[in-house]
Amino acid sequence: MNIYEEDILDHYQNPSNYGTLEKPDISYEDDNPLCGDKIRVDLQIEEGIIKDVRFSGHGCTISQAAASMLTEEIKGQALEDVKKLTKDDILEMLGIPLGPVRLKCGLLALKALKAGAYGIKGWPGEEDDEEA
Amino acid sequence: MYAEQDEFRPLEVESVRKDFPIFAGDSPVAYLDSAASSQTPFCVIEAMDDYYQNYRSNIHRGIYRMSEEATAQYEEARKKIARFINARRSSQVVFTRNTTESINLVAYSWGSANVREGDEILLSVMEHHSNLLPWQLLVERTGAKLRFIEVTDEGLLQLEDLDQLLTERTKLVAITHISNVLGTINPVQQITAAAHSVGAKVLIDGAQSVPHLSVDVQDLDCDFLAFSGHKMCGPTGIGVLYGKRDLLDEMPPFLGGGSMIRSVQRESSTYADVPAKFEAGTPSIAEAIGLGHSVDYLSRIGLDPVHVHEQQTLEYAHQKLSEIDGMTIYGPKPRQKAGVVTFNLEGIHPHDLAGVLDTEGVAVRAGHHCAQPLMQKYGVIATARASFYLYNTMEDVDRLYDGLLKAQNLLVRRKR
Repeated sequence: MNIYEEDILDHYQNPSNYGTLEKPDISYEDDNPLCGDKIRVDLQIEEGIIKDVRFSGHGCTISQAAASMLTEEIKGQALEDVKKLTKDDILEMLGIPLGPVRLKCGLLALKALKAGAYGIKGWPGEEDDEEA
Repeated sequence: MYAEQDEFRPLEVESVRKDFPIFAGDSPVAYLDSAASSQTPFCVIEAMDDYYQNYRSNIHRGIYRMSEEATAQYEEARKKIARFINARRSSQVVFTRNTTESINLVAYSWGSANVREGDEILLSVMEHHSNLLPWQLLVERTGAKLRFIEVTDEGLLQLEDLDQLLTERTKLVAITHISNVLGTINPVQQITAAAHSVGAKVLIDGAQSVPHLSVDVQDLDCDFLAFSGHKMCGPTGIGVLYGKRDLLDEMPPFLGGGSMIRSVQRESSTYADVPAKFEAGTPSIAEAIGLGHSVDYLSRIGLDPVHVHEQQTLEYAHQKLSEIDGMTIYGPKPRQKAGVVTFNLEGIHPHDLAGVLDTEGVAVRAGHHCAQPLMQKYGVIATARASFYLYNTMEDVDRLYDGLLKAQNLLVRRKR
């Protein structure tokens, strides 16, 4: 399967919720030291619901498309429900398999979101490894 | 060395490609990542198979024929490599895992014995992390200081600063022969002479040069040379440290263990002579034998024909890539560098370039290439890099060009 599927290119070229919020309740920037990609996620929360969300930063197609898809997915959801999103949810949104290097590109936005909203640091899907 | 090497015979790339199993089949990969790791010819794989199938055993001290054969082949490989770099004696060739381990060996052993607070180690901004981190760690342990030769916008060392940077405080100059990112061929002979005039020792990172150019350690007069087998048609897991004999003799051991001793008591021991002093434990036997055969292979073809072939490929690549809109190529012009093209296409992340090229069967590297200080100098986070070796064809360059145009059509971001 080609990782440059039309859907992904569409999100990359015309991303949803791109930009920043003027007065975000939560704002967090994270980076991928392997390739230098940076993504900032801004959230506006009202009564536990994500009323608005923006992402900004730079990176490859996969990281930008995944961020765009993620922001579409979480807008209007309860912040507490969003906590349950996993690596597999991102892969399902992207609809393509990713190798280990590109996987981090795909997960960067979720990583930034979880670090900002819940203080959960580390790559989604690798949390269990740290306990070993 | 050999009469056959003195006579220049142009490289016949189609015949070279038949020596490599990876290029068999109907749609071989356009492999443009040899600066990271090269491909392996049949003769090297067969030499290692021969060891595993016919005389697999540990070396030294084995009083039976298979072990004697393994020892003989392992030591024969050392001699071949010594001849390849024109070392005076084969004992000056120490087997390590790779360039990184060779440099760490010098930093720990020679560095800890010779570098003190207030001393300086001179590097350049274009060093691979493997020729930077070992020295950062040494400086942390000793209180010495790192200094750097700057790189010009064109990608050359700013050598007019050398006189001012070299002082009686300089204990070591550790410098790359060829930049793994820019391809720049540095005048290491000149730098070595200048360093010696202030009493500094010189370590040359030959990871990118030994596979591609004739490197003569006596001619360069360097004190140490480090390189890796896997970038010169050899296997992974085997590298070399060359050192001047008096320096190697004086240096304390790096790793302790079997094989590196003369006699061992409960509280203390005496050590074997070089190279055994630096080869504790069972080494990479098959890999050393394999590297000996890769050196044979490269010698048969001749490094001069290899270099000419790479230059032709490089010039064609520069010409083709320069035709693409939004193309930035980093580093000097082809004549001043080795077969490396590092570039960015405006508006496309290097990961995406490499990703699209992969779908076209073209293998290039993307990222910071373990040279973050150099990336910072050029103000970029990452770049894409195509590198060439003896088996690359002009068609490989055409496939790179076509793949880049495809990436551009697919990915250049529309104005929002």
